[in-house]
Amino acid sequence: AGQLVKLVRCDHIGGLFQHRAGSGRSLPEFGLLLLVIFVLLEGSLLPLGAASSTSKSCEEAKQGHTEVHNFTKKAFPVLGVDYGHIKNPFEISLWVLLACLMKLGFHLIPRLSSIVPESCLLIVVGLLVGGLIKLAREEVPPVLDSKFFFLYLLPPIILDAGYFLPIRPFMENLGTILMFAVIGTLWNAFFIGGLLYGICQISNSDLTAIGILPCLLFGSIISAVDPVAVLAVFEEIHINELLHILVFGESLLNDAVTVVLYHLFEEFSVDGSVTVLDGILGVISFLVVALGGVLFGAMYGFLAALTSRFTSHTRVIEPLFAFLYSYMAYLSAEVFHLSGIMALIACGAVMRPYIEANISHKSHTTIKYFLKMLSSVSETLIFIFLGVATVDGRHSWNWIFVTMSVVLCLVARVIGVVGLTFIINKFRIVKLTTKDQFIIAYGGLRGAIAFSLGFLLKEDHFHMRDMFLTAIITVIFFTVFVQGMTIKPLVELLAVKKKQEAKRSINEEIHTQFLDHLLTGIEDICGHYGHHHWKDKLNRFNKKYVKKFLIVSERSKEPQLIAFYHKMEMKQAIQLVESGGGSKLPSAVPSTVSMQNIQPKNPPATTKPAERVLPQLSKGREEEIRKILRSNLQRTRQRLHSYNRHTLVADPYEDGFSDLILKKQRMMIKEMTNYLTVPAAAPDSPTMVRARLASDPQSYNMKPVSGGVPTIQVDLASPQSPDSVRLLDELGEADGKEQEKDQGLTMKLPGGSSRPNKPGETENTREQQKLTRCLSDPGPSADEDEDEPFLP
Amino acid sequence: METALIKYLCRFIKNKNTKTDNLILFRYSFTEWPDVKESSIEATFLQKSSRHRLMLSSLTQSAVLCVSVSSSHLLRLYERFESLDRENRGHLRKEDFQAVRELSMNPVGDRIIGSFFSPGQETVDFPSFVQVLAHFRHTENDRIRDGAQKEPANSTARRLKFVFQLYDQDRDGKISRAELLQVLREMLGMQVTEEQLQSIAERAIQEANQEANQDKDDAISFDEFRKSMEKVNIDHKMSIRFLE
Repeated sequence: AGQLVKLVRCDHIGGLFQHRAGSGRSLPEFGLLLLVIFVLLEGSLLPLGAASSTSKSCEEAKQGHTEVHNFTKKAFPVLGVDYGHIKNPFEISLWVLLACLMKLGFHLIPRLSSIVPESCLLIVVGLLVGGLIKLAREEVPPVLDSKFFFLYLLPPIILDAGYFLPIRPFMENLGTILMFAVIGTLWNAFFIGGLLYGICQISNSDLTAIGILPCLLFGSIISAVDPVAVLAVFEEIHINELLHILVFGESLLNDAVTVVLYHLFEEFSVDGSVTVLDGILGVISFLVVALGGVLFGAMYGFLAALTSRFTSHTRVIEPLFAFLYSYMAYLSAEVFHLSGIMALIACGAVMRPYIEANISHKSHTTIKYFLKMLSSVSETLIFIFLGVATVDGRHSWNWIFVTMSVVLCLVARVIGVVGLTFIINKFRIVKLTTKDQFIIAYGGLRGAIAFSLGFLLKEDHFHMRDMFLTAIITVIFFTVFVQGMTIKPLVELLAVKKKQEAKRSINEEIHTQFLDHLLTGIEDICGHYGHHHWKDKLNRFNKKYVKKFLIVSERSKEPQLIAFYHKMEMKQAIQLVESGGGSKLPSAVPSTVSMQNIQPKNPPATTKPAERVLPQLSKGREEEIRKILRSNLQRTRQRLHSYNRHTLVADPYEDGFSDLILKKQRMMIKEMTNYLTVPAAAPDSPTMVRARLASDPQSYNMKPVSGGVPTIQVDLASPQSPDSVRLLDELGEADGKEQEKDQGLTMKLPGGSSRPNKPGETENTREQQKLTRCLSDPGPSADEDEDEPFLP
Repeated sequence: METALIKYLCRFIKNKNTKTDNLILFRYSFTEWPDVKESSIEATFLQKSSRHRLMLSSLTQSAVLCVSVSSSHLLRLYERFESLDRENRGHLRKEDFQAVRELSMNPVGDRIIGSFFSPGQETVDFPSFVQVLAHFRHTENDRIRDGAQKEPANSTARRLKFVFQLYDQDRDGKISRAELLQVLREMLGMQVTEEQLQSIAERAIQEANQEANQDKDDAISFDEFRKSMEKVNIDHKMSIRFLE
């Protein structure tokens, strides 16, 4: 308990630190910080009391024991204190709480977080906490225990990365990524290891005792770029997606190389001899580890997809399947010492398209949020623990070894990247420029994986373990602090292309698809089985067999373009409403207006009474569509959409909002006509039925209708609206007169169900901004019906 | 003259009845395949045949030819051409293209085939075959094209034009609504209703008109087309590594 007291006290001081940094903020934030401190104070008081009373109760227990012989009955304890039995979960919760509060704190200080990456700050916090624990002469808990790290902290981050992996750019650059990940890492390991050995030999200190194999082992530990560190830093610099995926992809895929090299050298260092056979076995082992990992991942991914096909009656546990299967994939891979990271990536990437087609929108949102939350917390904890472990660990500082490690890491990385790019560029259509190479080399951050691997070394085999750990930590700190902090200014200085939020038009989408077909055709004519050819083959196969097998039948036939078109319409409608156009939406416009009925030149709609459509829009639905489109739209080589791990959706309204309004005002009438040209389904069409089913698990007793209908359904009416109630009533009849007509593309305008909105012209803008915020922030108020469906 | 030469050239390289001692080395350039490296243009001809020598001299005189393709690429294309031309007629018919299985499954396959045939012609010979494919050749941006009088086929503008003409089947300079609908129908197949197609086409045309701030006609002009393709990196998209 005493240990915890200290820990809590540190928490408290951490809070104070935060407090100090946060002073000068506005009042509500200040209040929040006060609250934080209060919570922590409370937390620190409780265990104090707990500690004393535990010992007291112990004594009492002893007394009671002796008194048993005296047959005196002890009074029933009204209030008992037993801290011991909640100790572990309590401590874990405290750590997580600390991590979350720190994260919260940094975002309250925008200036600090714009200069220093979060990862650096977290390490500093870790150092402080560790230092304070040490000052209090308490035993530091073994926070960055390797087992804990690999089993619990790492998987969420990797799964998050794998699940949201931008497949298209990843596949297009797979060759380059593999080159960097495999050859690059090998090169780094051997270069660093070899040269370090040389240096150790010529130095006259006790370093000469280190053999070649431990050096190579060290090289293999330190050479791998760390996905956690890369993600943390690259997310903040908003680099263009090509570079992002190159560095990040490398950091993910080099896991297999690291695992094999690590086990290989560890084994050999203990044995002390290497034969050619061992080398060959190493190569084979690499293939087994990498491909085996992918195989495990893909297998579990397909299982997850298959399972999600049948979950339509138990929507509540849908997200759990996704998590469990991927975690199982990771664990299963680890059982055989295969690459767990590869397994997770493969699992996430494989299951995603099918799962997303199968599960409900709410489940999908849940998966998304949960993944983001878990990975975010894990990442924070990892960095804090890294700091704590640094203070805690025994260090043996050797100037030559440590400085040479840092220097060699940098040199090896630069040579590796430049050399490999020279080869790769011969095969690439989009060449990597010198700037790109620089960023790739500079972005090679090392992180907690290296530390954990070093931590795993056995003291009795490696007497230089402490020195290794010190060197590893130094390299990690150097890369995370120096490189991590300078990369942002450098990116700006070099004017490296940033990621661009691309807004696609329907024309672009049509033409891009057209081009894809065209290129496939031309490749066929040339008899060249290239990129497009195989992609086409895969798509065909996917469409013909896999989708049918894994996706609930009526959803498997969705053409991309329709999905895109739908999304466009949706967005337009939202924007229209936001920009004030919605206030002029006709309340009495029949939702089934078809293009034939209202011609573009026909503007009577604009004069109709006001209405607000927005609040009825289900947030989950909207994001679902957005996501589908994003996944469908990664079609061009260059215009790559970036994604951010901790931001769920890029908010299209945040930047250039005023522009948007201006543009919208100007084009309002045009938009209106666009909006009204959507033919809508009859209320009782099969698609409507399904849309409703998807959004409302309570109505699962109604059979989903299979009619070969395209699936993206957009209905602006929320289930609460009277309109949809009416629809639900009509569903019964719908079963009877099922039509096979394709009514897939439907856009449901809310009927006369919503409250009128006639804000004054001056209020208009503020009102709109509020709306935007409400739309972009998925708070509980955004869709209040969220909690209902979780009833059995 | 030029086109005939290419044919001969390829036949001779193909037939391989060449002997080193009586070979002459000469440079050959092909307008549609811009490549600055002149050293890569090597082809071998039989010295024996005076007829060929004659052609040769006339060719070298034509200084127009400034750009070139490496013989190996041309050879590869010629081999492909011959394998498509199963009856060895020296030219391809539409049926030859349709015999490619994958192409017959391609939703826009017929359009692609059509693009090889200039209007009114039933056949396509090797030079025009190459000329169409030249649109898909990858360009090195950093290389300076020297002395190219004619804009190469793989320039952005000509690529755009090529794609545009795939839409614009009646070649009246704009994509009419009917033409757009036709393309959409081909690409989307049976999965969507006519009404949906209509609304998408409607939307696309309106959008194109808006973006380019152009007249509100019921069609997409080339300018509007180009505008909407601005964000698509067509140079990278329309490159096939095989044709480098």
